[in-house]
Amino acid sequence: MITALAATLPAAHPATGAAESALVRRVLIGVALAFLAVFLFVPLAFVFFEALKKGWDVYVAAIIEPDAVSAILLTLLVAAIAVPANLVFGVAAAWSIARFSFPGKSVLTTLIDLPFSVSPVISGLIYVLVFGLQGWFGPWLREHDLKVIFAVPGIVLATMFVTFPFVARELIPLMQTQGNEQEEAATVLGAGGWQMFWRVTLPNIKWGLLYGVILCNARAMGEFGAVSVVSGHIRGATNTLPLHVEILYNEYQFAAAFAVASLLALLALVTLALKYVVERRARAAAIPTGESAR
Amino acid sequence: MSIELTGINKRYGDFAAVDNVDLHVESGELLALLGPSGSGKTTLLRIIAGLETPDSGSIAFHGADATDTHVRERQVGFVFQHYALFGHMTIFENVAFGLRVRPRRHRPSAAAIRRKVLTLLELVQLDWLADRYPHQLSGGQRQRIALARALATEPRVLLLDEPFGALDAKVRQELRRWLRRLHDEVHVTSVFVTHDQEEALEVSDRVVVMNHGRIEQIGTPDNVYDHPASPFVLEFLGHVNRLPTADAKGDAVYARPHEIAVSLQPGPNAWPARLAHSATVGPVTRLEFALAQGDVPINVELSREAFRTLALAQGGIAYLRPTRLRHFATAA
Repeated sequence: MITALAATLPAAHPATGAAESALVRRVLIGVALAFLAVFLFVPLAFVFFEALKKGWDVYVAAIIEPDAVSAILLTLLVAAIAVPANLVFGVAAAWSIARFSFPGKSVLTTLIDLPFSVSPVISGLIYVLVFGLQGWFGPWLREHDLKVIFAVPGIVLATMFVTFPFVARELIPLMQTQGNEQEEAATVLGAGGWQMFWRVTLPNIKWGLLYGVILCNARAMGEFGAVSVVSGHIRGATNTLPLHVEILYNEYQFAAAFAVASLLALLALVTLALKYVVERRARAAAIPTGESAR
Repeated sequence: MSIELTGINKRYGDFAAVDNVDLHVESGELLALLGPSGSGKTTLLRIIAGLETPDSGSIAFHGADATDTHVRERQVGFVFQHYALFGHMTIFENVAFGLRVRPRRHRPSAAAIRRKVLTLLELVQLDWLADRYPHQLSGGQRQRIALARALATEPRVLLLDEPFGALDAKVRQELRRWLRRLHDEVHVTSVFVTHDQEEALEVSDRVVVMNHGRIEQIGTPDNVYDHPASPFVLEFLGHVNRLPTADAKGDAVYARPHEIAVSLQPGPNAWPARLAHSATVGPVTRLEFALAQGDVPINVELSREAFRTLALAQGGIAYLRPTRLRHFATAA
């Protein structure tokens, strides 16, 4: 009896433990999947379903319609300015924060996060207050016949403000963990500042940088709130894709609204795919550096 | 190429990392900067390299002032503690880096670079690893590649920061003998930093013992070991017992564990003591004695054979006679 009990004990104990955790595990996975389904997959499928409900011709017509084309081009233009600008700013900010100590460093680090903590509507409003007709620079801009608010420059500014943390935030922790030994080694070996940057720094941060740029681009193309405040919603002139979707929807052109929205959804899917690839490459690249740091 | 440091100071806030240091490094010698962590040895090495700027003082290479020369133009080779190899480049490209970044008119031809890199890889006996990446190498191999990379630019001086610090004990020992042989071959003026006294004594021509940002003593390994200038040097270079007594002048008296004779018979100047503990590590037996007077344990080292011949059991009484005493006025 005793031997039988003793024999079953070691096996029985982990079995009960595993059974409990299996139940918990199933519930947790189930909740997570249900959540994903309700909040992500169903809406995504719904967008494409609604977009194509009235047929392929209606879908294509909604996208090649002149106002839609103008919105697509404006969105691409804004991203083409805002993303490179934030790439340069992000690298510069990350470099100064990770490599140097200077007074106000912690303030700068906190300020970089500001666009994440402020409502995008407020971000847009700031530019209206500064550059609008009643704003600080309003009279001066008017005298010189320059338009910022309700024009393309305002949209670019608002987009840049909202998206500037992405690259910097991605790079700061990366550069801090990498340290500057390799850069010092390059300098001792006679490399100049640019040689060091192109040959040593950039190869070490390239995956993190690309990751930040992808997220920055996705947000730059998808931003609604801040852009909505400064845009003025002029069809064919200051409408970006998200704003165009809203206008179409408000005019009960549901098929057209969903057709344009499906472009943004596609952008999101492409972003996710790129993000996945880059993350894998970054992890593969991080293993060797992690080893050599030991 | 000799190095001359005069009145070097470096402070970080209130902390004096390097405190008024003068140092002359002879042309072609291998010099060790030895000290505990925080003694300023690495800061001093980085000042010689130009990676740190001293608050005051001057540095000259072979008589020519280099204090304001940028690290890029200083023509020093530096081996970092964690090697700092470029992870995204092959071993070949790592070693070639210093030649490739030269301005076009000073840059050797591609064929010359190739020859030079392969010669260096042969020198460190790793030419078969040219196409690998740093993460595929062992610690000791990375170390040697870091050295080859530093030598590629034909530096006027070679500086090494804890070159064996990140390696395990066996590789460490092989590598430091190898470094000594390599230095005898290339003869470039070299300074290396270490906190390991054995390493400093075994490898270097001269040892600079540092403490609290100051130089405590400079001398050959034999000289600093046999004639320590201060209790700090005495205690840092190997184990030592401070005896619970004072000499006629009132100075403190020290004896090294291997400079104490143990006998079962009482004798002149012998201290009765009880064996508290013994441990044999390889060829050496370490004994801990409790003196009849004073509560400081006395450590003694005997050869394994000597201890066996002595036949002293734990708790047994023996008589300790220091064969060599060292006296220091500053009782630390």
